Amino acid sequence: MSTVNPSITYNYKVVRQFAIMTVVWGIVGMSLGVLIAAQLVWPALNFDLPFTHFGRLRPLHTNAVIFGFGGSALFATSYYVVQRTCQARLFSDGLASLTFWGWQLVLVAAVITLPQGFTSTKEYAELEWPIDILITLVWVTYAVVFFGTIMKRKTPHIYVANWFYGAFIITVAVLHIGNNLAIPVAAFKSYSVYSGVTDAMMQWWYGHNAVGFFLTAGFLGMMYYFVPKQADRPVYSYRLSIVHFWALIATYVWAGGHHLHYSALPDWAQTAGMVMSLILLAPSWGGMINGMMTLSGAWHKLRTDPILRFLVVSLSFYGMSTFEGPMMAIKTVNALSHNTDWTIGHVHSGALGWVAMITIGAIYHLIPKLWGVQAMYSTAMINLHFWLATIGTVLYIVAMWVNGIMQGLMWRAVNDDGTLTYSFVESMEASAPGYLVRMIGGLIFLSGMLVMAYNVRMTIRQKEAVALDDGAVQAA
Amino acid sequence: MIEMDINDFRGIHTLLVMIVFLGICWWAYSSHRKKPNDEAANLPFDDDEIDQRTREQDKTEKKQ
Repeated sequence: MSTVNPSITYNYKVVRQFAIMTVVWGIVGMSLGVLIAAQLVWPALNFDLPFTHFGRLRPLHTNAVIFGFGGSALFATSYYVVQRTCQARLFSDGLASLTFWGWQLVLVAAVITLPQGFTSTKEYAELEWPIDILITLVWVTYAVVFFGTIMKRKTPHIYVANWFYGAFIITVAVLHIGNNLAIPVAAFKSYSVYSGVTDAMMQWWYGHNAVGFFLTAGFLGMMYYFVPKQADRPVYSYRLSIVHFWALIATYVWAGGHHLHYSALPDWAQTAGMVMSLILLAPSWGGMINGMMTLSGAWHKLRTDPILRFLVVSLSFYGMSTFEGPMMAIKTVNALSHNTDWTIGHVHSGALGWVAMITIGAIYHLIPKLWGVQAMYSTAMINLHFWLATIGTVLYIVAMWVNGIMQGLMWRAVNDDGTLTYSFVESMEASAPGYLVRMIGGLIFLSGMLVMAYNVRMTIRQKEAVALDDGAVQAA
Repeated sequence: MIEMDINDFRGIHTLLVMIVFLGICWWAYSSHRKKPNDEAANLPFDDDEIDQRTREQDKTEKKQ
């Protein structure tokens, strides 16, 4: 196909920029996570200042890891994958650059405004209206660059990864605009146009699909390109990937109601949310099996290739958390798990185990290619990072399971006369050891990211050294 | 004329969506899609030439 236009090249510059910022925001966001986890163990660490209080830093942690780390990874990989599988250069280098600087501006604005207490109070949509408008502009530009590239494609087919990335881009635009409709009353203060339970339903329609499309569909696009590439064989079943796509897309948007079990939301809407969550198990596991089976006949590569191990273990965590999720959406299970640390554990088995691990694998695959070197500076360090990430994730989620189930049981325990057996404070005291283990797990995961940053830095410097040598030879 | 309310439309909608989904499965798995599916599945492995050219160009741009 490339013979049609023999001079075509790809835009790797914007991919390099986003790839570096993935590592940077990963470290920023996860450091904040470790800090607020430590505050739950040692409350004095909130320093009695409003800016460093848990309530203000927690949304900064979630925004930095979801939109900074995850978002940069999605921009980097989608721009890379769409060019390589369409055999076309990005629709516009200028607009692509605009999305990079615009997105970084959004993130810096989050770092400035959230600690000051500017918040719409909507979870994962805390940023106030001027920043929301900026996000919308960047996102529309992103859509133009992405779909413009697909329209320029030299290949007859649109590769399945691009379907997932495309669905992620369109749906996030709809979710962001829908949930953030608000009436501004001051420069950094607005009120949602929805009220009461409608507002809650809008919020969790957004919130759950931030998980479904931002943190799942986009990363499945990543999976469908980087797993076959790293394993050096095409995806196990392409036709399964088509069914996977449509089933996942059609089901996810209905599941948000499970966040509002036993609330003022009408009972039928809660039940609908629960049923759709259970159905979601099928497409989720279909996709996981498709990714895993891509390795059939190449399992031995896992012994020697820690990058492939990151990708495959991320799929195991994906399978685990997409089983856990539907289970927690069952109303009777939710009666135990709701508002406990089990929810936080579930989120992190998805966020650390699935999203972060597949991102890390993809970035290790990308960095040498983008800087034109054979491999990462140190494979041993990738291996070390793999074990730090795995041990950190397991410690984190086990601590939260223990805490969550314990809290749920303590809160529902009643004496013979109908009074509560435990006070809330007693359940907090019982949770303290779990909080310590969770903080240690997070710290181990973060230390893996620092190893990654060093490895990436050395890989790039290696390349610069080589380039300098070339220059010296030429000058001589 | 039979009286229809919103719930009848909801039922019909469910049936239609189910038919569309089964249609997608049938289409994806039908034998005439085998060749196009194989072609598409191999797209990640078809563009090494452009990738190579991009790296060479990036290299020369850096030197200047």
